[in-house]
Amino acid sequence: MAAVFQAFGTAAVLLPANDSRVRLLGSFPGRKANVFEVRSEKKIVSDATRVSGRGQHLITNAVATKADAAAASTGSKSGHELLLFEALREGLEEEMERDPCVCVMGEDVGHYGGSYKVTKDLAKKFGDLRVLDTPIAENSFTGMGIGAAMTGLRPIVEGMNMGFLLLAFNQISNNCGMLHYTSGGQFKIPIVIRGPGGVGRQLGAEHSQRLESYFQSIPGIQMVACSTPYNAKGLMKAAIRSENPVILFEHVLLYNLKERIPDEEYICSLEEAEMVRPGEHVTILTYSRMRYHVMQAAKTLVNKGYDPEVIDIRSLKPFDLHTIGNSVKKTHRVLIVEECMRTGGIGASLTAAITENFHDYLDAPIVCLSSQDVPTPYAGTLEEWTVVQPAQIVTAVEQLCQ
Amino acid sequence: MSSSAAATFSSLNAIPPPPSSFSSPANDKLFSSSFPAASPFLGSSHKPRSCVLSAPSPGRRSHAPVVAATAPNAIKEKLAQSPASSSNLLITKEEGLVLYEDMVLGRSFEDMCAQMYYRGKMFGFVHLYNGQEAVSTGFIKLLKQEDTVVSTYRDHVHALSKGVPAREVMSELFGKTTGCCRGQGGSMHMFSKEHNLIGGFAFIGEGIPVATGAAFTSKYKREVLKQADCDHVTVAFFGDGTCNNGQFFECLNMAALWKLPIIFVVENNLWAIGMSHLRATSDPEIWKKGPAFGMPGFHIDGMDVLKVREVAKEAIGRARRGEGPTLVECETYRFRGHSLADPDELRDPAEKARYAARDPVTALKKYMIENKLATEAELKVIDKRIDEVVEDSVEFADESPVPARSQLLENVFADPKGFGIGPDGKYRCEDPKFTEGTAQV
Repeated sequence: MAAVFQAFGTAAVLLPANDSRVRLLGSFPGRKANVFEVRSEKKIVSDATRVSGRGQHLITNAVATKADAAAASTGSKSGHELLLFEALREGLEEEMERDPCVCVMGEDVGHYGGSYKVTKDLAKKFGDLRVLDTPIAENSFTGMGIGAAMTGLRPIVEGMNMGFLLLAFNQISNNCGMLHYTSGGQFKIPIVIRGPGGVGRQLGAEHSQRLESYFQSIPGIQMVACSTPYNAKGLMKAAIRSENPVILFEHVLLYNLKERIPDEEYICSLEEAEMVRPGEHVTILTYSRMRYHVMQAAKTLVNKGYDPEVIDIRSLKPFDLHTIGNSVKKTHRVLIVEECMRTGGIGASLTAAITENFHDYLDAPIVCLSSQDVPTPYAGTLEEWTVVQPAQIVTAVEQLCQ
Repeated sequence: MSSSAAATFSSLNAIPPPPSSFSSPANDKLFSSSFPAASPFLGSSHKPRSCVLSAPSPGRRSHAPVVAATAPNAIKEKLAQSPASSSNLLITKEEGLVLYEDMVLGRSFEDMCAQMYYRGKMFGFVHLYNGQEAVSTGFIKLLKQEDTVVSTYRDHVHALSKGVPAREVMSELFGKTTGCCRGQGGSMHMFSKEHNLIGGFAFIGEGIPVATGAAFTSKYKREVLKQADCDHVTVAFFGDGTCNNGQFFECLNMAALWKLPIIFVVENNLWAIGMSHLRATSDPEIWKKGPAFGMPGFHIDGMDVLKVREVAKEAIGRARRGEGPTLVECETYRFRGHSLADPDELRDPAEKARYAARDPVTALKKYMIENKLATEAELKVIDKRIDEVVEDSVEFADESPVPARSQLLENVFADPKGFGIGPDGKYRCEDPKFTEGTAQV
């Protein structure tokens, strides 16, 4: 599994920003630097100099997270650069130092350092009991985490791949979500369940699952999805400090994103969405990896004269209807871009929530672009067609804005 | 340590625990200063068959697991053991009275539950414990308040034995707000933070990992948080049907691997609703599955509270000393159906009669009278007192209020910010309708 993240390092990524914050990937040996791999009709090759044609001042963080917005806008060189998985580790390490009750359990989290190196070296620092290598028994070690949380610890359970947590569904649904309620509020379950999910590069159907749609109905849990090193660290810390059970969705292809994050301590709100790019014409709601496809499409759209507003919803359960609502009231058109399956996915719930709450503000029906309802094929070409590509996003916006 | 030939109850020696797996011989205490370099190897010390062990601890090849101690009547057919044969055991009068009172409380309470159910005071699935009192009393009366008990849906008596007041249990069953879970759990979900009862689970097997987690916390507190005197143990109760479930085996493995202070108690009453244990299990001798995972396995007569108590003492002591988990299979029987909705037509009346003759409550009563530990009159006083307690609990539950609508949303999240931010920008839990239970979430 260790080889996986190496090979998939060059995810196509653009962090929209003024010049100082642009980070391009592809700095791995053997790969061409500064090349986007956008599998669409138009192959877009970009480098730092071309991006600056926008002239807009962009805020990359949620409206409500204060400190870093100031740092970003001044383009200061403070802070330190790291990759997303390192940001997760930093957040985890800081919380483990802060509170001795915080512990990690999962397969290969200890000596191996985690299949995506999120827990690298933590076992050496904190010991084998605090960073516990478990046998391959997801249901039972998730239940064990829940029991530990009920009796005073603050465990983080790692699913080596989110898909493996299907085996833990019994514990997550029945115990994690419900026990606070069925015990009449006597026991709290401050557990964090995290792991990489999403469609990778030809990992096959079972390793490419998106479980957010299955978990979203469970009462009593919160779900968040991280997409940048900044919000990965912030959400990790917030999730650990939260008294509620939180499921943190990471994405296999995003672990090598690089960003400069503040040196000071910060956390992100678990319930808030992140404004990625303010705009006027259409609201594009997205999360996790699709954020990058959307931003890729946004470049094209801007060149064509559109002004999309992009919001990374981040909080998959509950939805931040305030940020979303304000955006809908401004643009009157909504496009949801997600990697989840079409049927019963996050997009479907979001469509329902927006329709219920903001129907009067919509000038057009909500368009939801999701992955095809197929098991993710192994073949690269087929796999490409199951997830939403930037070209589809561009087309959808053009149609929506007619 | 030699193994005793006679099957009495000091036979924890019969199976040697895996050799100590710490790397330095002097560091054989469990309370090691486990930080980086000195961190003990957390895992099995059994050498794998062909390859050289690369782990820090060299380990030794383990002895082939010896068949653990059993009571003489391990085979199901030889069930007719007279309870009076436990007369070799010593309990004091005080202990005896405590045990008797607890079992009578369990029995009377469950009988009252049945009455109340048929009168329409409680609904849903109610699973009664009649006949199995010896197991609950035998184990739980040896525990401290800080020790944890985890049960299944047949949990009323475990709650009572652990110390949850009868009033709170009955209120919970009636669905009143004064119940131990504010009426939100019901018969199958008894919880008490004060008495460290963490459930009450509806699906079989799902409580076992939670129990393993509670035991893990105990070990963590001792080794990581350095609370050297933390010797809390966890007792997990579950049935014979559960022993074919994956979670059972996964947790036996983990508990033995990390030497968690937990006791797995199998209440083998031979029936899982209508499925006989013998029809469901390839090897019906559950106690044997303990040694397969590296822990001692016991089989005892679960209709005899004194026998249960003796083995419980050993198992709890073992866990407290940090020697790891134990599997105890208690052969017992439920006098009623699986639940109050079960017509109980499949079980052979002869089998029922055989076990009824071994009623644990009458057995203990007989034992105490025959051994001059108490008189009939003294025991009748206890009976009467318990009747009053149970009557009082019903009255209390009857008079208690039903939950108000405002309670609907209160305990969904420990931090109600989890309901999120509403369209108006405020957290939903700040909405005044939230406290009324009418907010839109």
